[in-house]
Amino acid sequence: MSDAGTNVVWLGSPTFPRAASAALANPQLRRNLRKATTTIRDKRLAATGELDDWEQLREAGAATKRRVLRHLDRYLLQLEESVTRAGGIVHWAADAAEANEIVAELVRATGSDEVVKVKSMATQEIGLNEALAEAGIRAYETDLAELIVQLRDDRPSHILVPAIHLGRAEIRETFVHEMAHWGRPAPEGLTDEPRALAAAARLHLREKFLRAKVAISGANFAVAETGTVGVVESEGNGRMCLTLPETLITVMGIEKVLPKWQDLEVFLQLLPRSSTGERMNPYTSTWTGTTPGDGPQTFHLVLLDNGRTATLADTTGRQALACIRCSACLNVCPVYERTGGHAYGSVYPGPIGAILTPQLVGVEHAETLPFASTLCGACYDACPVQINIPEVLTHLRAKAVAARRARRRTPSGEALAMKAATAILTSPGRLAAAQKAASLGGRAIARNGVIGPLPGPLRSWTDARDTPAPPRETFRSWWRRTRPQHPSGEQR
Amino acid sequence: MTARDTILGRIRDALVDVPADETPDDVPLPRAYHRSHADVDAPALFAERVADYRARVVEATADTARATIAELLAARSLRALVVPPGFPEDLVPDGAWRRRAEPLDVGELEAADGVLTTCAVGIAVTGTLVLDAGPGQGRRALTLLPDYHLCVVRADQIVGDVPDAIARLDPSRPLTFISGPSATSDIELDRVEGVHGPRTLEVLIVRPSQEHP
Ligand code: SF4
Repeated sequence: MSDAGTNVVWLGSPTFPRAASAALANPQLRRNLRKATTTIRDKRLAATGELDDWEQLREAGAATKRRVLRHLDRYLLQLEESVTRAGGIVHWAADAAEANEIVAELVRATGSDEVVKVKSMATQEIGLNEALAEAGIRAYETDLAELIVQLRDDRPSHILVPAIHLGRAEIRETFVHEMAHWGRPAPEGLTDEPRALAAAARLHLREKFLRAKVAISGANFAVAETGTVGVVESEGNGRMCLTLPETLITVMGIEKVLPKWQDLEVFLQLLPRSSTGERMNPYTSTWTGTTPGDGPQTFHLVLLDNGRTATLADTTGRQALACIRCSACLNVCPVYERTGGHAYGSVYPGPIGAILTPQLVGVEHAETLPFASTLCGACYDACPVQINIPEVLTHLRAKAVAARRARRRTPSGEALAMKAATAILTSPGRLAAAQKAASLGGRAIARNGVIGPLPGPLRSWTDARDTPAPPRETFRSWWRRTRPQHPSGEQR
Repeated sequence: MTARDTILGRIRDALVDVPADETPDDVPLPRAYHRSHADVDAPALFAERVADYRARVVEATADTARATIAELLAARSLRALVVPPGFPEDLVPDGAWRRRAEPLDVGELEAADGVLTTCAVGIAVTGTLVLDAGPGQGRRALTLLPDYHLCVVRADQIVGDVPDAIARLDPSRPLTFISGPSATSDIELDRVEGVHGPRTLEVLIVRPSQEHP
């Protein structure tokens, strides 16, 4: 999967440990990130705490995704049929290169040499903008943060807020210097007030929306039963793209299909509250094929594999495909908060990136990513579809270590330890038992509160690091003891 | 082999652990969540939740609706007001603005500075309006380009929560869920209202006359 057109891993990026230490040396970046992640975290807790059945909603969301993934072929065929019946045209793309080729060809057929784009992880993943540029087609990003990143020729650092690493002064500079190269220049005397910057973006993009003949979007979901596709957004740039142009091309990962229209009642509660911490995001658009006299009269849906079927084949790893890209796991992650998104060297940063990227490209191409975590479990607790990220991480660590060992042909205690850890993290019951055992056993072999090198197969794991002795009480049991009845229903 | 065959083949190979006779319904899907989180008068909760997004909410009865709309519109000093086909004629007041009706091209729509519509459903818990391009709402572009949107919602159109709304809506129509004016938090997570959609959203809730004699 080292496809030239793919952006899943950025070629030439340093490995996570090297990129992370560079990021850690940048205090401005750390301040921006801390402020941002703390703000979203608090909002998310308030929004999810408001619903006393949050756990039941998560359960339903996770179960729906499980059902979809176990019968994915059937749902995709049903979706193809319903979209076609409603007047849409369905395309299939096995990898990034195929998807890019399909889209470029569709744009060329319209006679247009430019497109407006709604923020979409799938099109970033396949490097669509670069591929279109090669085909002589200019792609304009219209989400404010994506616009900033595009004008700077930068890379996104967060799923939801791609310019989270930038402050207002930097954004103003970018607008003043770059907007003129892309179209309408920034207004005279532009200040760095967020309101003024947003107004500048409104003016800059307006002419593009009004003249665009073709739009490209991703999709948050597509309903197999009805053929309905949906985009969830805030700014209205999505509505512009989905409504004004004559042709709409939507690129969607095959895992985004949902069985029934009714399923939206779950995901439209889970997604906004987990993502921006709002009861509902400002705008959600849904469309079913084409509607005479309203919106694009030609609609193409490109179904993208690009490593998803390989992920599906791993029975432990496949749960990563349930991800609804809310970014809650990034915002609660202590590692992400300190390193930021660029260190992951992938369009998918943070905990979800650490488990999705290695699976999409093959673990041997992103070996250090499964180690970019402390296994604290905050991501699992936050995930609206209950993806057990620590479980998948340890599973992938075992794979990465095994791959490395196969190359070196030396046995490794680390691989064994990760295999054992996977078994334990799979079940909350086993985890509790193991933590208790570690609390007792670990204290017995610890000196000065630190476990030094161990004998036997664990030696190669412990000789590279000192493990703090486990505390007398695990965090989970302390929490349960001190907060027996949390009113929000959230177990944290 | 087409990409379609390739992908479907890969999926089937990937799912060897799924028993051949398993159907989707065999995968349990507990729906133990509530149908609604609204435990009070839905229109009252709706008003409160819409206002949380910094959209203005005004209430009227069927008798006073027209006068209230006139007041709201007059306060905006509009030049051109779009009124979609099928909007109740008895609710359209006279004013200093030019009334614009379909067919309108993009330039004309862009030049209009206000739009007056009905909606299909209101959702109380989330403070959401849903437009389905039905009578009084028009095609989606009508509520997108003008900078000011006044949306009239009847109290009986307001449901408690998201599940009731999804059950009421027809997915074959193009739907727009609107929760407050357009917004962005992309710059230092500072929320700014009004990016590309209408920067001002006002909502008029119309209750039946007998409730407020
Ligand atoms: S893994 Fe879960 S928490 Fe992270 S982005 Fe995906 S759905 Fe959200």
